[in-house]
Amino acid sequence: MFRKQECVAMLLAGGQGSRLYALTRHIAKPAVPYGGKYRIIDFPLSNCVNSGIETVGVLTQYQPLELSDYIGSGQPWDLDRMDAGVHILPPYQRNKGADWYKGTANAIYQNLHFIERYNPEYVLILSGDHIYKMNYDEMLAAHKENNADCTIAVLDVPKEEASRFGILNTNGDGSVYEFEEKPKEPKSTLASMGIYIFTWEKLRQYLIADEADPTSANDFGKNVLPAMLAAGERMFAYRFDGYWKDVGTIDSLWEANLDLLNPKVPLDLSDPSWKIYSRNPGMPPQYLSATAQVQNSMLTEGCSISGKVEYSVIFAGVTVEEGAEIVDSILMPGVTVRKGAKVYYSILAEDVDVGEGAQIGEKPEEIANLSKWGIAVVASGVKVGKGAKVPAKAMQETDVEEVIANA
Amino acid sequence: MRNYTAMGLIFANMHDDAVPECTAIRSMGSLPFGGRYRLVDFVLSNMVNAGISKVGVITKSNYQSMMDHLGSGKAWDLSRKNEGLFFLPPRTSDDAAYQGRIRSLADVMAFLRRSKEELVILSDCHMVTSMDYGALVQRHIETDADVTVAYRRGTVPTLTDIPILRTDAKDRVTDMLIGRVNDAEECYGIGVYVMRKDWLIQTVNEAVARNLYHFERDILQSHLQEIAVYGYEVESLVMPIYSLSSYYAANVALLDDAVRAQLFPSRRPVYTKVRDCAPVQYGLHAQVTDSLVADGAKIDGTVKNSIIFRGVNIGRDTLIENCVIMQDVTVADRCSLTCVVADKNAVFREGRTLQGFDTYPVYIAKNAIV
Repeated sequence: MFRKQECVAMLLAGGQGSRLYALTRHIAKPAVPYGGKYRIIDFPLSNCVNSGIETVGVLTQYQPLELSDYIGSGQPWDLDRMDAGVHILPPYQRNKGADWYKGTANAIYQNLHFIERYNPEYVLILSGDHIYKMNYDEMLAAHKENNADCTIAVLDVPKEEASRFGILNTNGDGSVYEFEEKPKEPKSTLASMGIYIFTWEKLRQYLIADEADPTSANDFGKNVLPAMLAAGERMFAYRFDGYWKDVGTIDSLWEANLDLLNPKVPLDLSDPSWKIYSRNPGMPPQYLSATAQVQNSMLTEGCSISGKVEYSVIFAGVTVEEGAEIVDSILMPGVTVRKGAKVYYSILAEDVDVGEGAQIGEKPEEIANLSKWGIAVVASGVKVGKGAKVPAKAMQETDVEEVIANA
Repeated sequence: MRNYTAMGLIFANMHDDAVPECTAIRSMGSLPFGGRYRLVDFVLSNMVNAGISKVGVITKSNYQSMMDHLGSGKAWDLSRKNEGLFFLPPRTSDDAAYQGRIRSLADVMAFLRRSKEELVILSDCHMVTSMDYGALVQRHIETDADVTVAYRRGTVPTLTDIPILRTDAKDRVTDMLIGRVNDAEECYGIGVYVMRKDWLIQTVNEAVARNLYHFERDILQSHLQEIAVYGYEVESLVMPIYSLSSYYAANVALLDDAVRAQLFPSRRPVYTKVRDCAPVQYGLHAQVTDSLVADGAKIDGTVKNSIIFRGVNIGRDTLIENCVIMQDVTVADRCSLTCVVADKNAVFREGRTLQGFDTYPVYIAKNAIV
């Protein structure tokens, strides 16, 4: 017997994150490292626990190995519970055949029985692509107060950016009368954050109907929400005004990391009342040698720094040797930057090895043609040889050979 | 495959009197060390890394911090269905009843009897080392000893009751001097012993019957002819903690690359309780050199040659030099601290200046406000 849960969270973590290119070659987007010691999925998982949600289904599909390993029993998030807790839900075979998750709504539909065993009143749908701290319990309270069937978390975005989002047009009481996916002429600036609370009875009914419709793309934004709206169900917008960032692109991932160094950005990872939990690497404290110069940066345990680090986020177990310079960059776990190497405006994935005197990326002020400038990315495990150069905006997925300087 | 089964017994309160400043509120084993550890972490990790999956932690007093630290033993992978971590507090709260190691062992007799392991490793917490217990046990088996005593050659730490060993060519202990301290290089025991569990049970029972309570004096020293006591020289780094200044020196020694490499070998990780703090934040004015900094710290001042624990806050225009700053200490702006050992949660208000000397560091108590 499973104990009844008031609200069950379903976390859509199957996305490939194709616009992160080399960074998601072997891992699903929610497993992408972020903020020195976290992965993107730590944010929704920690938000759930901190909001009092005890049951989380994680729907995986693309490259699930590392993500599943990372979540494990759920212990780091206190989600290793007797019958609640975190559950990994991959697509599976049934007696009538097997399907991949066709769309977001279909992924939930295929796991109806998982939700049903908890007999919940509400279901919270989350995605594993965003960095934010949010109390879902407050959103649930609003959902109940409005006696809503569906509540969608929204963010007020600048007018010029509104056409990139799903936009909700609302009445004075916050009820939604129209949902427009990426409108050319947005009527409002309330963008959907991809966080939905549904009254389970209603959602169940619409998921079954949606599945029966062969023309449907089985997607929440495209099919289920418009169908509910058309049928006159009570749909409300829930305004969120904290920090929220979609880290779906190289630039936004880089920005979201550097946002942590900006005291004006309202994302405090050290707030004891809303901790973000993660699986800890368990390494010795970081060591800064006599030649280290570290300013305005975030560094994690296990690092050994003898060079210069500025405006950068450095993950666990990174080595920066003497004379090396790291500026405006993100170095994921286990990266080594050897003597005299320079890393500017770059993201180096796990275990990248930058040889002596090599240079990755460029400073925008040092490049003549700014259209050729951008964040350089080096994929995990790549070795960049001594003296080699990886230009700005590069997407380096293979080893770079050593450059022997002419005498 | 290992050819033996062994369990561990850790004495958390042994040598509490060595660093009275810090152990007024905690046991020796829960003394914070090296930015994010407590002394017991090194012993526990040594055991776990040698494949030992059953460890009893014997406490006598002041063990709240130890219980809190160990929890279920999860952090050491000792939260297990079979075996795992056993917390063994005293049977009586009467402090006068406590008569040393034998008494403690007599108290945990039921635990020992229930265990199916053949060998027991006893360990105190006052010697910081990352040693291979597997090799120690192997030696014990090879020499067919009754007891194997791990020792280190060097200047003897000024610790009451420290055993000094004289051994023959085969490393059998021929003489044992207890508490004789001089400046000469000697072989001193590091408080780590290996023996057969059955032998230990029998010996402790007999000792209790004869009202003997000092393991080293009454069991080992006085019976060196009858029982085969062998030494095992530990060649890796051992840092004895026997006073506030040696505690301070052992912490600061971690700033040496070679010391860190020996204490934190990559194949034998040192495990500790997870605290879930954010990475270290270095501000615009931070200047940190030659220091060890643990996660959760926020630094906007100058730090030189120091050990900074988890969650420490260091303000702007503040200078921290040659210090050991424990967990959650706050040092406000414009302070200057030199050779200070600041215990947990201490607060240094704006503009405070404190100076000790490296052989005589200033100690600021837990929760103190300067």
